[in-house]
Formats: sequence, structure tokens, C-alpha cells
Amino acid sequence: MPGDAAELVFDEATKRYGDGPPAVDRLSLTVPAGEICVLVGPSGGGKTTALKLVNRLIPLTSGDIRIDGRSIQEQNVTELRRGIGYVIQNVGLFPHQTVEANIGTVPRLYGRDRRWIHTRALELLELVGLDASYAKRYPSSLSGGERQRVGLARALAADPPLMLMDEPFGAIDPIVRARLQDEFLRLQQEVRKTVVFVTHDVDEAIKLGDRIAILRQGGRLAQYDTPETILGEPADEFVAEFVGADRALKALALRTLADLRLDDTTGEGPRAPSETTLRDALALLIAEHADRLVVTDGDGAPVGSVTRDDLLA
Amino acid sequence: MNVLAGGPVIPNFGSGSSCEQTNGWWCTDWLSAHWGDTLQPALVQHVELSLIAVGIGFAFSLVLALAGYRFRLLDPPIGVVADFLYTIPSLALFQLLVPLTGLTVTTVEIALVSYTLLILYRNIVAGLSGVPADALEAARGMGFTRLQTFVRVELPLAVPAIVAGLRIAVVSTISIATVAAFVIPQGLGRPIFIALNQDLFKTEILAAGGLAIALALVADGLLVLAQRALTPWSRA
Repeated sequence: MPGDAAELVFDEATKRYGDGPPAVDRLSLTVPAGEICVLVGPSGGGKTTALKLVNRLIPLTSGDIRIDGRSIQEQNVTELRRGIGYVIQNVGLFPHQTVEANIGTVPRLYGRDRRWIHTRALELLELVGLDASYAKRYPSSLSGGERQRVGLARALAADPPLMLMDEPFGAIDPIVRARLQDEFLRLQQEVRKTVVFVTHDVDEAIKLGDRIAILRQGGRLAQYDTPETILGEPADEFVAEFVGADRALKALALRTLADLRLDDTTGEGPRAPSETTLRDALALLIAEHADRLVVTDGDGAPVGSVTRDDLLA
Repeated sequence: MNVLAGGPVIPNFGSGSSCEQTNGWWCTDWLSAHWGDTLQPALVQHVELSLIAVGIGFAFSLVLALAGYRFRLLDPPIGVVADFLYTIPSLALFQLLVPLTGLTVTTVEIALVSYTLLILYRNIVAGLSGVPADALEAARGMGFTRLQTFVRVELPLAVPAIVAGLRIAVVSTISIATVAAFVIPQGLGRPIFIALNQDLFKTEILAAGGLAIALALVADGLLVLAQRALTPWSRA
């Protein structure tokens, strides 16, 4: 079975249906091993098509895609797919199998036995934040969020070096979605997979992506960069408009008070713990009509302060 | 057609009990005397006729359904032929078949199998078509081969619809199989015909008819139990 994380390279990858315009047009980008690359863009931007080119659910028209230097074209298609974790919006759990059997799907294809799968399933349930008692349940008895956790566990079961995630949190209500996003980031700290993540939600892209690829109509890459750069220096009008007029505020949400140099002075003023984002800190200052914010540590003890200008610098 | 040809000796009412002589509704002495030579063999034959018909019908339907499901263009023509076979009255079908296959079990089975095709074919296709698209996409994306997808995902998920079809097919076959007695001296239809020809001997008609009904109910119940065992997930 696979393991670790792989570098993914799109090299002039192109998909064209018949004689029509390309759905993905000469897409070239490199996702370094262990990073999350979010593909985002308006519908018709070809983001899901680009994702499915990687596991050959959609065949390339021209160009190439390489995983750790190996072209996907050279590999046996079922072998290729077994080595890539795949998570889709509607999860696609098998309704006739228990959670444990669902998680064991790919290991079973690799010939793993029942006991190995049982141990692995319990391990993964814990990793995705579900109790071991879920192992024997059927998908129909799970909530949407629980199903997607199981979907994630199933995709991770064979320890694939690359994960493809197609709007995995798209059908989940906002509160649960935010929690799943946080847990996904925590989980990624542990497993360090290379992830390609498709979403139409800019905020989700900014929150999750180490890098963001913005695709425009016709499957052309508009910009591929870190969230900070995309928000701070959008490549063109299209990107600026797509990330939104509030992109300066979104950029503030990427950093926390812990990232700033604090004044030693503490004194009076509203207080906020150091893990507060700059965006929330600014909102607090505006609400309190204050100019200086006292930063506290985990126990609530003041460690310094910042001014409104510091936040906006 | 002589439905009585080659059958066992007809009960002699002249020397029978008073219940038999007055054609009573439920002559237990007749029943105990003729269970072994009349009713029990008829019941066993009936089970055999029905099992063979549903077994062959299921095998045919499964192959046809796979073709109709995989190649959607084939679905309407197969459906129409199965529809057409289903509409032919059983007695008319026997008449059509006898010149070709004679007064044989083959004639009966051809007719019985024909009637199972529509129900089984339609249900298997419906079951396969009802498999959730996202489960199929996940299977493909995780590297299932076509065969693995069919055996591990499509077929198990189609089981409830397939069993639903089998239940209807089994019950209707058991019912239609009584008519087989027009062609061959077998099945629960035979004691019924004999009784009809003997001043409507009520006990025999009730007993044979009752056995056919009971057989259908038991078979249906067994299929329900089988489905429960096969699809624990559908009750979760």
C-alpha cells in the first residue's frame, strides 16, 4: 500500500470535449508534497474537471499530469485510483456496508484481512473524531457531517500520498462545515497528505489552502499563489472581483494577534486572547470604540497590547 | 385433453364414509386416507414445477436485465417482449405450445417461465438502476473494476428490488401452476380437476386449494426472511 505524500504536477493539462472550447486549458501548476491546493472559481471554470483528470475519471486530451514524477498515463488505471484518496460532495458511502466495511474498501482491494481492517477502522474513526461505536453502524443512520467524516476516513484508509476532495463540505450546514474545516486542518497537520481540494467558496479556499488556484471561465488558470498573495496582490481584475471587495478584511482573517509584535504597555481597553484573528480584533475595536486592544495569554493574563494602526499595518 | 389420463384410482364414494357420500365440506377420514396417495405427491410436484419455473425464469431475467441495464437501447424491446408474453392467457398459451412440445412438463415450464420474465426482468432492472450515482462514482474513483463494482456494489444494492420481484413471481407461479393439470397429471391442480369431475367433491377441492394458498404464503414468508438476512442495512 502507498504512504507519505507525493508531489503533483499539472503540465499543460488540457481537456476538450469534441470540437468545443476547452474545459481545462493548458493548466500548469505544481502542488508540493504535503500541501493543500484549493481549486476555486466560478462554475464553468473547470475545477472539478481538473480534479477528475488526476484520477482519470476524465481522460486528458493533451498535456500530462505527474504524481511524484510518474505520468498518470503510464499507470494502470485501477492501480492509480487505489493509490489516490477520493472524497466527493455526496460522500458515496456504500449503504449496504457498515462504517467499518466502508472504511476498509480500498485496503480490501489491496488484500488486507478483516482484523487489519478492523484495527485500521478504529484508528481512523478516532482520527476523524467519531466514537468507536460507529464502526458497526450503517450509513443511513448517520448525519451528513458524520457521513463526510466517514468518507474522509475511507479515503485515508490505504494511506494514499495524494487526496482529491471534490466540494466535500458543500452539502453540509455552515456551522458543521466550519467545524469540519477546522478538524480537517488539524488532521492534515497529522497526516500531511498532498491534497487537491475543489470548492466554489472563496472563504473556504482562503481558510484551507496552502495555495489557491483560481480558474476562470474556459478552464484557464487566473492565479496560483498563497492566500496572502492572492488577497494582497490579485493578478488582475477578475481575481480581485472573484475574491471580493472585502479582500483586505479577508486578508486580516489569515493572521492572529500572535503574529504581531506587541507593545509592552497593557493598561485599560478591550481584551482578546492571542489566537484571535486580526479581523475579529478589528471588529472588537470598532464595536468598543477603542483604539488599543489588550492581548492576553491562554490564562487570560495580559501580555501586551496593539493599536488599531498595528492591526492595519 | 384428457386430464384424468394415467392418474391414481378415483376415490370410490360408494364404499366411502358417510361424510364422503354426502359430499361434506371437510371429511377428515378421506383426508387421512388420501394424503399419501393424492395430496402429498401433488404438493411435492407443485413445489417442483414452481421452483424450476422461477429458477429458470430468474436465470433468464438476470441475463436479460444485465443486457438491458448495460445497454439501455435493449431495455425497451426486452420489456415489450416480456410484456407481450405476460398478456397471453395461460390456457391459450398451453394450447399454442401443445402441438410443438406435447403434453409434457416442458410445455408447462415454458408457460410458467414466460410469466415470470416480465416481473423479474423489470424488478432487476429497476433495482440496478436505483443504485445511488454517488456510490457508483465513489466505487470508480477508488479503483473498483467493472466486475467488482457489479458484484460488490450494484448487485447487493439491487437485492431488495430483486427479492420484491421474486416474491410476486413465486406467488403468481404457484397460483398459475394449478392450471398445469390441463396438460400433465401433476401439481395441486390435478386433485382439484378430479374433484370437479366427481360432483364437485368439496373436501378435495378445499384441501388442494388450501394447500396451494398455504404453499404460496409459506414461500412468500421464506423470501421475506431471506431478504432480512441478506439486507440488514435496509432496516438500519
